[in-house]
Amino acid sequence: MIVSVASGKGGTGKTTVSVNLARTIGSGVQLLDCDVEEPNAHLFLRGNETGSDVVTIPIPEVDESLCDGCGECSRLCRYHAIVSFGSTPLVFPDLCHGCGGCALVCPHGAIRETGKRIGVVETRDADGITLIQGRLDIGVAMAPPLIRAVKARLKTGTTAILDAPPGTSCPVIATVRGSDFVVLVTEPTPFGLHDLRLAVDMIRELSIPFGVVVNRMGAGDDRVHRFCRGEDIPILLEILDDRRIAEAYSRGELVVDALPDHASHFATLLWNIREETRNTGGQAEG
Amino acid sequence: MSDSTVEELVIISGKGGTGKTSIAASFAVLAGFPVIADCDVDAADMHLILAPSVRERHEFRCGNEAVIRPAGCTGCGKCLELCRFGAIVAGGEGEAYVVDPVACEGCGVCVRFCPARAIDFPEPLCGEWMVSETRCGPMVHARLGIAAENSGKLVSTVRREARRLAGENGSRLVLVDGPPGIGCPVIASMTGTSQALVVTEPTVSGEHDLERVLKLARHFGIPASVCVNKWDLNPGMTERIEALTVRSGARIAGRIRYDRGVTLAQMQEKAVVETDTPAADDIRRVWDSLGL
Repeated sequence: MIVSVASGKGGTGKTTVSVNLARTIGSGVQLLDCDVEEPNAHLFLRGNETGSDVVTIPIPEVDESLCDGCGECSRLCRYHAIVSFGSTPLVFPDLCHGCGGCALVCPHGAIRETGKRIGVVETRDADGITLIQGRLDIGVAMAPPLIRAVKARLKTGTTAILDAPPGTSCPVIATVRGSDFVVLVTEPTPFGLHDLRLAVDMIRELSIPFGVVVNRMGAGDDRVHRFCRGEDIPILLEILDDRRIAEAYSRGELVVDALPDHASHFATLLWNIREETRNTGGQAEG
Repeated sequence: MSDSTVEELVIISGKGGTGKTSIAASFAVLAGFPVIADCDVDAADMHLILAPSVRERHEFRCGNEAVIRPAGCTGCGKCLELCRFGAIVAGGEGEAYVVDPVACEGCGVCVRFCPARAIDFPEPLCGEWMVSETRCGPMVHARLGIAAENSGKLVSTVRREARRLAGENGSRLVLVDGPPGIGCPVIASMTGTSQALVVTEPTVSGEHDLERVLKLARHFGIPASVCVNKWDLNPGMTERIEALTVRSGARIAGRIRYDRGVTLAQMQEKAVVETDTPAADDIRRVWDSLGL
């Protein structure tokens, strides 16, 4: 079972839910930290590093001796990543999506592809939990290729939890695609509800069953509950707004360790997720 | 008209949920009619506090999307062979291949190399940007379409229009509510700005993410200050973060206490400084320290 944890609004508790859920499932689970711009799961599940691989994307390299400045590459590129002014083209690696089009279209075979480093994928073992995280190099613009590299290391046949980045655009979509179920974490505030609606629209576009976790209950009002009821969206868990949770989180402690009275929450969440995936049988929308 | 007299403050965070928008809304009140730019385009929230009246709407097109014409498809599979993004889905027996619009990155390779020339390449509408009036000043904001790409390009558009507006109406400040993270929308919101304020929180995640976003600011040569929001949740971590700030060559802009009144203000659709909750004074002090 592949479960992604996403949100829309930042700071609602995705990582908190992901790491505590992983700890609740225990040995054998994989936790993929797909928030490659700011990976935080390792701060809560420390363990030992078991591997680190550099990830590259293919960018064009022009052989000047073969290039006649025809500009075919430049005309094909949709990203202005290779630009010709009638002479040897300039390559702008930060704009390149690695589609390979320029190399294919060059009539003289003057373009080959080389790997440009974008970041690393690191694996850790934390008490039987396999943590796989991506870490984007500072200054690299595009997260999705590194997210795909993290997901490529997912072993099928066991449960995997994917901690998504905040937002609703391409990094989140790259994370969530292919999941069996998505948990959307929100807070009962105006920003929380607004961004939850955007996230719900996005998940519905991807036709993946999903449910909501409402964190910081009591800090706002019942608008999220009314929305979920009206849309027939299951609420999988409510976590009370508790300063002790915030403080434990600030220290890098797992809720299930620091506050045993909250530990059953995550067992409840796990049970509810399993129920929802059984009911929806992997089809569109719960 | 040169906009070199226009200052631009971009509010970023690295980690999400630290309080950028709450603080940006208060700064909009304190700044004396700035031009406001909501650059968190895939989860824009400023309008929930500033209640904009939209004056202009503009279409945003982010690029192209490949669409296979079923009648023209011969099922040769060349598109599937060439696509690097997993965006081609093979048809069943005798059925046309299909492009997955969510996965398609609009590179045009399949369009160019389809032997039957059966692939169209339209430029869909994928969002809009707006120019509005608010009680605090004009605001440029945007809405990115569901599952749309190229939020970086939309961010650049919003910023460019905000700067243009500031130049036209003589505003001295553009105030930008930035996105979380360090990727293309953040880079698009930061490059060439006068200064950045990083809003962080006193947690291990806040510290970790702050280090990365400060590196990004240094990478682009942007002067940065840091304020710790909800600082009293962990005073020891607050001090560590302030030490990290100084080591990284950034300025300490101040501290804002944890205050339930911040959420109450949001629920009342008010900026924190439009209420008399204790955190309002902390926010005023941070604003004053920026010297804008």
